[in-house]
Amino acid sequence: MSKTVLTVDDSRTMRDMLMLALSNAGYRVVQAEDGVHGLEVLESARPDVIITDINMPRMDGFGFIAGVRGDGRHRAVPILVLTTESDATKKDKARRAGATGWIVKPFDPVKLVEAIRRVAA
Amino acid sequence: MSDIDDIEGRRRNNLIQACELIAFRMGSQEFCVDIMSVREIRGWTKATVLPKSPGFVRGVVNLRGTVLPIVDLAARLGFPAAEPTARHVIIVAQIGEQTVGLLVDAVSDILTITGDLVQPTPDVASDMAKTFVRGVLAVDQRMISLIALDQVLPVCEQDAA
Amino acid sequence: MDAMAAIKQTFFQECEEQLGELEIGLLLIQDGDSDPETVNAVFRAVHSIKGGAGAFNLDELVHFAHVFESALDHLRAGRLVASGDVLKIMLRAADMLADVVRAARDGGSTDVTRRDALAAELRALDPDAASDDFVGGDKESSADDSDSFEPVQICFNDFEDGSQNESPPSGNLFNIRFSPKPDLYAKANETALLLRELSHLGAMEVTCDVSRLPMLDELDPEGSYLSWTIALRTDRDEAAIREVFEFVEWDCELDVALGGVAAAREDAALDDLIEKMQASVEAELAAPRAPPGATQSAAAGAPGSPVQASSNSAAVKADSGKSSPATIRVDLDRVDRLINLVGELVINQAMLTQQMLEAGLARGSGVANGLDELEQLTREIQDSVMAIRAQPVKSVFQRMPRLVREVAAMTGKSVRLTTEGENTEVDKTVIERLADPLTHMIRNAIDHGLESPERRAAEGKPEEGLVHLSALHRSGRIVIEIADDGAGIDRSRVKSLAASKGLIAADAPLSDEEIDNLIFLPGFSTASTVSDISGRGVGMDVVRRSIQALGGRISIRSKPRQGSTFTMSLPLTLAVLDGMVVTVAGETLVVPLTAIIETLQPKSAAVHGFGGDTRVIVIRDQFVPLIDVGQELDFRSGIADPCKSVVLLVESEGHIHSALLVDAILGQRQVVIKSLEANYQHVHGIAAATILGDGRVALILDVDAVVTGARAAPPAFEQFCAAEG
Repeated sequence: MSKTVLTVDDSRTMRDMLMLALSNAGYRVVQAEDGVHGLEVLESARPDVIITDINMPRMDGFGFIAGVRGDGRHRAVPILVLTTESDATKKDKARRAGATGWIVKPFDPVKLVEAIRRVAA
Repeated sequence: MSDIDDIEGRRRNNLIQACELIAFRMGSQEFCVDIMSVREIRGWTKATVLPKSPGFVRGVVNLRGTVLPIVDLAARLGFPAAEPTARHVIIVAQIGEQTVGLLVDAVSDILTITGDLVQPTPDVASDMAKTFVRGVLAVDQRMISLIALDQVLPVCEQDAA
Repeated sequence: MDAMAAIKQTFFQECEEQLGELEIGLLLIQDGDSDPETVNAVFRAVHSIKGGAGAFNLDELVHFAHVFESALDHLRAGRLVASGDVLKIMLRAADMLADVVRAARDGGSTDVTRRDALAAELRALDPDAASDDFVGGDKESSADDSDSFEPVQICFNDFEDGSQNESPPSGNLFNIRFSPKPDLYAKANETALLLRELSHLGAMEVTCDVSRLPMLDELDPEGSYLSWTIALRTDRDEAAIREVFEFVEWDCELDVALGGVAAAREDAALDDLIEKMQASVEAELAAPRAPPGATQSAAAGAPGSPVQASSNSAAVKADSGKSSPATIRVDLDRVDRLINLVGELVINQAMLTQQMLEAGLARGSGVANGLDELEQLTREIQDSVMAIRAQPVKSVFQRMPRLVREVAAMTGKSVRLTTEGENTEVDKTVIERLADPLTHMIRNAIDHGLESPERRAAEGKPEEGLVHLSALHRSGRIVIEIADDGAGIDRSRVKSLAASKGLIAADAPLSDEEIDNLIFLPGFSTASTVSDISGRGVGMDVVRRSIQALGGRISIRSKPRQGSTFTMSLPLTLAVLDGMVVTVAGETLVVPLTAIIETLQPKSAAVHGFGGDTRVIVIRDQFVPLIDVGQELDFRSGIADPCKSVVLLVESEGHIHSALLVDAILGQRQVVIKSLEANYQHVHGIAAATILGDGRVALILDVDAVVTGARAAPPAFEQFCAAEG
């Protein structure tokens, strides 16, 4: 049974690219366009891993991660943060907000999939 | 003379890429056009008159939701225009980007020919010949003139105002 | 098209949206909006563009966007104040960004000088600028910048699986001690996975220290009691090892030492060790699955909580200015096809009704009632379907601020653009053709209408000129106005220029309004030098013709020294029309309802001759020119008897009233507009065609053209010419 990835990003372009890379690798992909939407689909999507952007309207990545970690049912889901910022303070912030891993855009599809395989056994 | 022949010859050959032609009658004469330009054949219906249009433009009719102009081909070629009746036929033809209806007396044949059957236009002093006719065919002792349609529609005049 | 090419297209579409958001946001901030969400949105727009650009290796775009983004970051962090000057730079940067995007999309080139100058201006906004040693030019980037330009950054090792394990252990021996803290599990990290990662670096031996593991009844399920000692032989360096643990660095104790205390194991105890290792890994895997990770309080206890609080409040706050009804994306072709089909449906329904009536069906019968309902339903379907394609004029209005900035800069004038009614909706077919005439009129307003700042000051006006663009619905049409507070039409100049070009008689008595409308005549231009930006003398006549081609009208009102207002009135759609069906000389015509003021049955006493064959009719004490439509359109040569006809009082261009003479009125109907030009060509006096219930084509009258034609040359004169020629 293929694993489910929830991708949360307000950029259509980014969602499309993630969809392409992930579905080619055999993952089932569920998309959300910001943190609020991501939390809404969390229950029905039951993702095995989440990939989220940081900068989004309505609710940013940090808020979203906190929301996921605060939800008893989904606390253990690995979350990879996808962003162009490689600033150390931002990484720390994401980590302290509960992110499992970090991928800097632009991403190499092969590396992306490898990263997922490492956090989602 | 030979130059004109050459040009004519090339034009003729260019026109006979397709081998099928639809022959039709106007008055006592017969003509034909490349079947690739023909979309369909319909019976005559009374056209809605267009104001201030040339005499050979009979008006427009409804072709399944499209407004189709009807050109009296005989009149266009310089023959006296006849009053169309229910027995007349409209050849719906594609001319460039536009679809036009050509009013003719009747459709007679579909001819399959090869390029060598087309003879050069007889050298007569006729505007019609020069503008529209690309060659003639001899079939069963009938003379059928091959018509090119690209000049059939009236030239669009820019609004002066 | 392959998938990446399709995504690239999506990217550029998204860029356009982002650029729009960027401009809107900057303008709001310029107007005094201090909402932090506005700045955030502006930052996100540029950030988004940069992110996508990186994926497609659009280097120029990435570089410029990055510089812009940095400046915006200072703005949103409050390190930079949003002063007027700063905003001006930002707006120009936004324009430049748009150019770079489009160059990237279309393969063109950008103005490198302008770009670099703007980049320098943006960098200069950095409050820490003094401490950075920039050399300028876009290829140079500081150490900070270079981080984000690396194409691939994954904080996990990128090793090929397995191969390392087969080769004989080489390289250095590291002694690694790893003790996870409870928080590590809170982030859903797993030691097993990390250890697996580590094993890809080289040959590894793992010992699990279970000494701290308490008895079961003292065990805190969320505690962490295990630690590991790992001896790793690898030819990678310490940094590579630490990278594996990069993410859990703060949530564990990690010691990495080169060489040294690699526990010398006796071969005999190796199996023992492996067993223990397996067991501990399994225990590890089993343990955190129960309540995995920290509780809410643990996570909240971490210094991360202020982050959460602010994110939550951000979530609660509604996004102003964005209406969020659920939307879906639909291919425009499908919508167009749907609209055409519905148009056919309307025609067929009308034909059915007609045939039923001709078949002698009584009114009030079941079928007739059914048909009425069908007509009702069809009409509703048509309205709904037309609404799908209706769009707010915002998309066209949005291009104007930039245009204004450019024209103002080129003409050396100071201009402020205000807009109103951007959400007024109109069919997509109309919107697409609005941009050009609108652009022309705004250029004209700034170039010719507004005075220079010096002249304005001399007149006691504020140096900044005002251009107001508005849209609203009125009487089933959309009315767009462009008003400026400039010098107004110089009437004496216009009149003398028109006379000198032979457009009017030098002494013709013209009202102010008539003089103003002279500028619409072809060949008319008051520009003494052909102004480059108004497009080589493209005059208002071209503008008017493009408006007319849309079935619209344009007129002008002007007050000297106060300014001019152009008013465009357009149909809401080019697809359907409400019309009055009339007969003229035996032919059936449709007259657009919006042009008709009233209909009346003339009495012979009201009709008067006026020189030659011209006639006028008295309507409520006003003399209105009488136009014989049948004669105008050459449907008949004689003139109709007004008393046996019906008069349609119509209003056309410039609020001019005329009385159109037709034979009879058949009724009113909404008709589907069919193009005459598609298969034929433009016919003077005819706007388009439609198909009536009887299946026949009826022509739609172009009221403005008929009125203009009647006034230009009296019918008698034309007949004379025809007879002679």
